[in-house]
Amino acid sequence: MLAGIYGLLSASFFVSMDAVDVAFTEAAVGAGVFPLLMLTALTVAGRYEQTVHRRPRAAFFLVLVTGALMIVGTLDMPAFGSLDAPAHTHVAARYIELSPTEIGIPNMVTSVLADYRAFDTLGEVVVVFTAVVGVLIMLTPGEQRQQPSPANAVETMRSHMILRVVSKMLIPLMLLFALYVQFHGEYGPGGGFQAGVIFAAAIILYAMLFGLVKAQAAIKPSILRLLAAFGVLLYGGVGVVSFLTGVNYLDYSRLATDPVVGRHIGIFSIELGVGITVAAAMILIFYAFAGYATGRAEAE
Amino acid sequence: MLPELYNYWVVIVLMMIGFYIVIVQGNLIKKLIGLNIFQTSVFIFYISVGKVEGGSAPILAEGVSVYSNPLPHVLILTAIVVGIATMALALALVVRIKNAYGTVEEEELQERDLRC
Repeated sequence: MLAGIYGLLSASFFVSMDAVDVAFTEAAVGAGVFPLLMLTALTVAGRYEQTVHRRPRAAFFLVLVTGALMIVGTLDMPAFGSLDAPAHTHVAARYIELSPTEIGIPNMVTSVLADYRAFDTLGEVVVVFTAVVGVLIMLTPGEQRQQPSPANAVETMRSHMILRVVSKMLIPLMLLFALYVQFHGEYGPGGGFQAGVIFAAAIILYAMLFGLVKAQAAIKPSILRLLAAFGVLLYGGVGVVSFLTGVNYLDYSRLATDPVVGRHIGIFSIELGVGITVAAAMILIFYAFAGYATGRAEAE
Repeated sequence: MLPELYNYWVVIVLMMIGFYIVIVQGNLIKKLIGLNIFQTSVFIFYISVGKVEGGSAPILAEGVSVYSNPLPHVLILTAIVVGIATMALALALVVRIKNAYGTVEEEELQERDLRC
């Protein structure tokens, strides 16, 4: 619960610092996915900790000294919000000045994310994908646990009538909103990462309230696994296609006769790839944790 | 001079809270929460570096000439999603450790390792 508030708080921090895209992501991740993940992990790993008395004084001293040194270090940093800070001098200025004409979309964050730094983003998507593979390897239960019985631990919310009715109205709207964020990311704040997380949060909410079995019946894990891989493949594939048109990897300028239109197509498709992978990955992670929790509850 | 740097100090305070939790807490899940706070402090650091006084969100609009720096936004945007994915991986490891050892307390884990 505190984690949720913390996530929301840091999201509002980001809004106040004009980073709407980041705030979007943090709101969905920090306030939505992270606390739910934490809760499911806690049900497995045990809620209580032993009160072990240690001597935190040395650690406290160390932390204090490190913090003080860092504060001394900040004295030479540029002032908060100053226009001539070194961070704004090199490529950033070029992004701001030229991206509206070069890429032709108003959201600079999206154009940097999906065009100028597309390689970087590809790497990030692959990291997400790899993390999911790791989670699945570690948490996929044995064959005997493959079909959890309907009465499982995650379904304890079943009796909450109000929650169920309200969420029944909310979940379709959340899904719709995720799609809007996905396809409107070039013009307003949004994009594949945000949309994927929002979509996943909606499905996870459904799974929490109506039970894992029903959620898995609606969206099958096997399909999700395919989708997670397909998103990465789509992203990489766009790169290969732009290769074939005779320009650099992930340079979309020749995907259409007009370079600006080509960039639009490129950005659109890789954002779609990102969205699919992120959404599938987050849902799969939740399925893995919740499935593991239920499997354990039944074994005991 | 001093009030101009408060953003860095907020970041440092947060970072040190996270650091302290990582060092002192023996419970692996609490360590992860500390790591998460540490991570968020880095996010806030980047975003505050990208902030420009009087600038608006980096979305092209008429009548706006000063924008925040979009580059840190991009870096952190992806870092948040990657962060939750790696956090899930860490939690999965903790869950498996709990399964294998029956505890997630660091000291008990070490004791058990020594006994074997």
